[in-house]
Amino acid sequence: MDFRLTDEQEKFRLEVRKFLEEEIKQGLWQPTCDAWIMGHDPEFTKRVAKQGWIGLTWPKEHGGQERSFIDRLVLTEEMLRYGAPAACHWFADRQIGGAIVHYGTEEQKRELLPIILKGEAYVGLGMSEPDAGSDLASLKTKAAEDGDDYIIDGQKTWTSGGSKMNWIYLVARTDPDAPKHRGISEFFFETSLPGVDVQPIVDITGGVHFNEVFFENVRIPKKCLIGEKNKGFYQILNQLDYERSGMERLMANYPLFDALIKYTRETRRKGKPLAEDQVIRPKLAQLQIEFEIGRLHMYRVAKVMDEGRAPNWESSMSKAYGTAFEQHLASTAIEIMGLYGQLSPQSKWVPIQGMAYHSYLSSKGYSLQAGTTEVLKNILALRKLELPNQ
Amino acid sequence: MNLALSEEQEMLRTMARDFLTDKLPKAVVKEIEQSELGYSAELWQEMAGLGWMGLAFPEKYGGSGMSFLDLAVLFEEMGRACLPGPYFSSVVLGGLTIADIGSDEQKQEYLPQIAGGDIIFTLALTEASASYDADIETRATADNDGYVINGTKLFVSDAHIADYMLVVARTDEKAKPEKGLTIFIVDGKSQGISSTVLKTIANDKLCEVVFKQVKVPKENILGELNQGWDEVQKIIQRAAVAKCCEMVGCIQQALDMTVSYAKERKQYDRPIGSFQVIQHYCADMATDVDGTRLSTYQAAWMLSEGLPCTREVAIAKAWAGEACQRVMALAHQIHGAIGVTIDHDLQYYTRRAKAAEVSFGDANFYREVVAQEMGL
Repeated sequence: MDFRLTDEQEKFRLEVRKFLEEEIKQGLWQPTCDAWIMGHDPEFTKRVAKQGWIGLTWPKEHGGQERSFIDRLVLTEEMLRYGAPAACHWFADRQIGGAIVHYGTEEQKRELLPIILKGEAYVGLGMSEPDAGSDLASLKTKAAEDGDDYIIDGQKTWTSGGSKMNWIYLVARTDPDAPKHRGISEFFFETSLPGVDVQPIVDITGGVHFNEVFFENVRIPKKCLIGEKNKGFYQILNQLDYERSGMERLMANYPLFDALIKYTRETRRKGKPLAEDQVIRPKLAQLQIEFEIGRLHMYRVAKVMDEGRAPNWESSMSKAYGTAFEQHLASTAIEIMGLYGQLSPQSKWVPIQGMAYHSYLSSKGYSLQAGTTEVLKNILALRKLELPNQ
Repeated sequence: MNLALSEEQEMLRTMARDFLTDKLPKAVVKEIEQSELGYSAELWQEMAGLGWMGLAFPEKYGGSGMSFLDLAVLFEEMGRACLPGPYFSSVVLGGLTIADIGSDEQKQEYLPQIAGGDIIFTLALTEASASYDADIETRATADNDGYVINGTKLFVSDAHIADYMLVVARTDEKAKPEKGLTIFIVDGKSQGISSTVLKTIANDKLCEVVFKQVKVPKENILGELNQGWDEVQKIIQRAAVAKCCEMVGCIQQALDMTVSYAKERKQYDRPIGSFQVIQHYCADMATDVDGTRLSTYQAAWMLSEGLPCTREVAIAKAWAGEACQRVMALAHQIHGAIGVTIDHDLQYYTRRAKAAEVSFGDANFYREVVAQEMGL
């Protein structure tokens, strides 16, 4: 047992910090909450790509560096700590590249991975549909074979990627007659194709990061199929383990946590800083405790992946835990700031740039996206605890 | 980073589990709990024979030279088995403290005897204030070649059977509270000591100990005069982590029992574990168990490595105490009425988890420590 990171990993952390601090110093961006999913900055993504920090864990033969998942966790932990605008490459780096490495043909690897590595694939995930949420296998979007092509028809929703999305990872039905889990396939293609219509959805914060995506007679070549036809559902289950595995489920609002602590030190009430208030101190300490427990969960998940296993129940546990923490953080932040906590970022008197306002509203979705907390607990119960299905 | 126990630690775990499963069925736990002494002399000697008492003492003092992390594994198993008796008091509160700051003579004198199970130690620290702060009122006054101790200690574990106690007493009235405290090794049979067992939720033999003109020779000072508080804080750290380890074992067992029960117990013609509400309760329990395990072993590992770990110990104990309450509440909810009967095993864990929560610092105590560590 050894809870330390290696010297190289600690050095890497400092390297990432130095890079991000320099970026902030140059005024290239400001730390924000949810920047991993809402902060679309193609130039930042290109600079990250230049550092070689996309595809860190992929095999060297595909342009990666074969570094460990702990290394990647160190990288993403720092990106989140600084609230860096990493949304353009986050999905591609986190799961799509890995899926192509795992399931793609040699041609796909040759053609697609370099686009991701250069930071040019801003990928949206086309999974949920109006009638297929947690029950993903009920999806209706069709991909019908037609000569050398597939024709896509249907609708996706809650597709992340904002207006910047230029590629989509689509899950569609390829065999309408098979049992519903056995007739699904995965595709990866550009959203600039004729017949793809992306309509933004304004979320509860007033921001736009997810979309409805309509497909009408969209013709894609067969080489866009990733993995085996009709095996897509089983592939996606594996990919979801990775989707849930990361530090973004714990640290999306780290800039808020940081700012909140600073705020309680600098704001005086009843003649003393809030940080010395006997009611507020334990609340902040409790958040820190919950955060540190979450961090241990996250590192365990990365260890599991480094051992070559998909973190199926571990990432369900860490994601459900982490998002509950973030909701607690956001709610407590407003509570500590009291009447000021409710002010929107545009308000004259708003403290800490309205981060608490944003996070509180945004956090309601955390326990829904990438697997609702209920689905995750089902996974824990069935896969870890082996409780009966019926 | 490596989150796994070593092969040797896994072997130690297996050995401990097998031994305790064999020797300590719940009927025996019950019998020991209800006995006046609160431990089984026979079991005690067997544990000493297995090398458990001296596991983490240096070899030159009769120990096995193993680490605190090894001891952590053992404590988890003891928590799982609900071992009653003075192991924690004698080994962690007494032995490890002597091993840490005792003089060579003191180590020679006491550690081999503790390791052999021949003597039992405990620590007399807390008083009527029931706090782990330096507000200690028991006094040790210099008198000829020694000291005279007067005062009342409360919540002293196993004092009724202790051959020796480490007594924390005030030796300098004028200094700051933390600067005037000294630890004494006191013979439990000294004239003027009277111990009374308190009736507690875990039946774990916490005592009131009254010191009335108790004479102690000055060579029985452990560590340095007036500098005892620094070591007391280390004792509290080790004790808190050992309690966390017991709690890990306790709630892991409660989870395992609950999951088994949910698989077997049928209502509406199906196992109750097939209902999502029960599944989600179990998932919540498992998440709390794993969070407790990860943070506890992190703290135990850091203690073992001699790394500064005030923050990690505080996080582990604050978390464990409250996580245990959540886990036990759900364990009871899922077990239904059978779980609240005195003949069901669950009640042993419920009672112990509550006692462990308040022992050596509760969540409120450690939240303040974390706040200080955050620089608030």
